[in-house]
Amino acid sequence: MTTYDALVGPFVEFGFMRRALVACLALGAGSGPVGVLLLLRRMSLVGDAMSHAVLPGAAAGFLLGGLSLPWMGAGGMVAGLLVAMLSGLVSRTTALREDASFAGFYLTSLAAGVLMVSWRGSSIDLLHVLFGTILAIDDAALYLVAGIASLTLLVLAAVYRPLVAECFDPGFLRAVGGRGSLYHLLFLFLVVINLVAGFQALGTLMAVGLMMLPAAAARLWAVTLPGLAAVAAGIAAVSGYAGLVLSFHLGTASGPSIVLTASLCLGVSILLGRGGMLRRGR
Amino acid sequence: MLQGVTVAYGRRVAVQGVSGRFAPGSLTAVAGPNGAGKSTLMQAIAGVLPLSAGRIDRGGLLARQLGILPQAAGIDRSFPISVGDAVLLGAWARTGALRGADAAAARQVRDALAAVGLAGMEGRMVGALSAGQVQRVLFARLLVQDAPVVLLDEPFNAIDARTTADLLALVRRWHAEGRTVVAVLHDLDQVRAVFPDTLLLARGVVAWGPTAAVLTPVNLQQARDMAEAA
Repeated sequence: MTTYDALVGPFVEFGFMRRALVACLALGAGSGPVGVLLLLRRMSLVGDAMSHAVLPGAAAGFLLGGLSLPWMGAGGMVAGLLVAMLSGLVSRTTALREDASFAGFYLTSLAAGVLMVSWRGSSIDLLHVLFGTILAIDDAALYLVAGIASLTLLVLAAVYRPLVAECFDPGFLRAVGGRGSLYHLLFLFLVVINLVAGFQALGTLMAVGLMMLPAAAARLWAVTLPGLAAVAAGIAAVSGYAGLVLSFHLGTASGPSIVLTASLCLGVSILLGRGGMLRRGR
Repeated sequence: MLQGVTVAYGRRVAVQGVSGRFAPGSLTAVAGPNGAGKSTLMQAIAGVLPLSAGRIDRGGLLARQLGILPQAAGIDRSFPISVGDAVLLGAWARTGALRGADAAAARQVRDALAAVGLAGMEGRMVGALSAGQVQRVLFARLLVQDAPVVLLDEPFNAIDARTTADLLALVRRWHAEGRTVVAVLHDLDQVRAVFPDTLLLARGVVAWGPTAAVLTPVNLQQARDMAEAA
């Protein structure tokens, strides 16, 4: 087998591989920058919790429309936003902090979602929902993923300044009347729609993989926020491509292969990155 | 003008019944023991904290038109923002959340950085600066804000002597320009040296007026007693 056959061949030969690659690239373009902001806002685990929180909505979509991303996406979006708002409400009005209320809601959501899918679907369906089916992505799903990535980048560009101000100096933003909670909610909306885009590819359990792993790796290479966003999107794209190639040749599941490739990128960054173990002391 | 200003966090009252007036163009220090409610009062004046009771008359200004320097502890210094972008946030009243910054704003940022001794450092990242330099950046942001009333919350905490002297010179300049400046301070020698007026706070007002008349041993002891009793 030539290098060309190994690295490019699968995408020339098979339409489903081309679709999967385009989906990964679009996913990385949107999820990478969102992941960077989650990381900088010290909300990495909230992203993880949110990815589980979309499950009952996705399951409701599955019950209504079968394994269709638009149906499951719409359901997931409603469930994710509902959990985000309820968690915010509980943490503001009770002694529970936001991470604790998120944990409570996402565990409930995960259990409810699994129960709903297994009630009407087969265990194969459950596997699809939990771990994704990027190789089965169709045109409608591809448009949805690309649309979400485009919307994410446009919204981030528009509200870049308040998001930065809210992270860097929230007291100042409040003082100048910047309505930080509005932008916080808008940001959570972006997190949810990107998780919805991710779960067709990687499933609800790993949708956050292409969001957080490239972002964490980027933190070890780039210095500026635009640099971080670009590096994260780049690492997500490389992970998507390399994960697909590996899964094609090794016969492994595509979603975990992509996430593990992103993990490998993070491992290399931890060792060799600008702020990594081997270079930090120099 | 403050009338019976009371601020509570849940059931805990942090500031109780504060009444008095910051004269336009005055330079006032807010002093008092730890837990006296100094920062809470500043945030109430800035409109960030809601009042449980009382009223604040900002002399026709909206809360968001006041310049405020929040406590350094509330700032994420590891956030990857450049010095230029951090200072540009001071132009919020003109740019708002969405509008782009024009050439005039960029010039203002340059001038403000020069005024705080950080000329040409627009491109540096805030995370690479010392605590003193970060405080200079925040003062530059206040210069860009160009507000008639400036609120400073512990502006010289953990800052080296030279930076403190430079920034105090800026405070004096604002006072000379006729701006109203209110600063929460711990160093009473600094208050006596620079601030003509002082509000001594211990949840409520202990004394408010000319610094020499306020910072007497009797008043200071009373403030400590009130804070301990709280």
